[in-house]
Amino acid sequence: MKKLDRKQMAARVARDIPEGSYVNLGIGLPTLVADHLPRGREIILHSENGVLGVGPRPAPGAEDEDLINAGKEPVTLLDGGCYFHHADSFGMIRGMHLDFAVLGAFQVSVAGDLANWHTGGADAIPAVGGAMDLAVGAKKVLVMMEHLTKQGESKIVERCTYPLTGARCVNRIYTDLAIIDVKADGLYVVEIVEGLAFEELERLTGVPLKNLAGAARVA
Amino acid sequence: MINKLVPSAEAALSDIADGATVMIGGFGNAGMPAVLIDALIAQGARELTIVNNNAGNADAGLAALIKAKKVRRILCSFPRQTDSWHFDAAYRAGEIELELVPQGTLAERIRAAGAGIGAFFTPTAYGTRLAEGKETRRIGGRDYVLEYPIHADYALIKADRADRWGNLAYRKTARNFAPIMAAAAKCTIVQVRETVELGELDPETVVTPGIFVKRVVKH
Repeated sequence: MKKLDRKQMAARVARDIPEGSYVNLGIGLPTLVADHLPRGREIILHSENGVLGVGPRPAPGAEDEDLINAGKEPVTLLDGGCYFHHADSFGMIRGMHLDFAVLGAFQVSVAGDLANWHTGGADAIPAVGGAMDLAVGAKKVLVMMEHLTKQGESKIVERCTYPLTGARCVNRIYTDLAIIDVKADGLYVVEIVEGLAFEELERLTGVPLKNLAGAARVA
Repeated sequence: MINKLVPSAEAALSDIADGATVMIGGFGNAGMPAVLIDALIAQGARELTIVNNNAGNADAGLAALIKAKKVRRILCSFPRQTDSWHFDAAYRAGEIELELVPQGTLAERIRAAGAGIGAFFTPTAYGTRLAEGKETRRIGGRDYVLEYPIHADYALIKADRADRWGNLAYRKTARNFAPIMAAAAKCTIVQVRETVELGELDPETVVTPGIFVKRVVKH
């Protein structure tokens, strides 16, 4: 099969973000989506720390310590962008003004529960940041993750074994193997990578999947 | 004549007592009032409760305050980072108590304190372990968690420009938590890059009105 690499996954998510969207990209893998947004499409990126209109990384030497994103990396501001304080920023999130949040995940359940903040380890120091706000607040929550753990276990599960970030909040899952919609009556495979049969995907995933119209191939 | 300008950070912080609750602005290093934090360490107040989004980065600022063992308790959303070693060590040694709060809930609890709100229902964290033991309510088909305001004795924040009435303008994402912390604390102390005469700040660009500010230190 032709597994997608991280860049291909980011490009695939980017293709689905329509013109005019307000979008928050989570820390890590989702941040890559910014590099693949189709040129000519106006999409406004939100950052929790008080920015709408996040622009690309500045040229070396042009970084400004007062202008960073939620991952604390230097960024720029697009023309038309603006700043606001944290309570307004999270008001935008919880108030359901963002069209999409793209988040990484440890696990997603068949019901759309999301676990992405805590491994649950007894000695792990927990950190949640804005993940729980984004999970409940964005109009659509897109998860972007590898389909399997390094040990080969499915990250799509019947019930999350890691602590939840949000309950029943995920709308769509993009993995390196497939694109899967989370609906009230189950998981629908809408695209699948070349060379992977639906039955094999279902076996790897370990939970029941529905094959939507023969599932298109991820291009 | 009202004059909130104070000659030094030492003078501005002299009355902070042991056991005080101190909000510290900043998201990572953007907006962190480093001069005021250094002065707080030198001032010597102990057993502090600190409110900040993080729990210190590397060796300066809030990390140095933790290293100096001045902090008994911290409320934050994202303590664990690659360079949060001073917090990590104090936490694992049982020297510091952590209240982990989702970032939007942290911001709104701070905002509520400054706005005279007694409590509020938020959808964030519903169904997760961060809502365990908290009152919940279903309102209009959405589930909410009851949260209370966070008040503080002091807020230490950083702004870009101020006048002697304490009106503040910020710079880029250094604004973050500062405006809401300024309103939530009994005594707000501001580190600014530049002080200007009354009338020089365009009233349309004043983000924090001087009513929320007690002391201003230029540095």
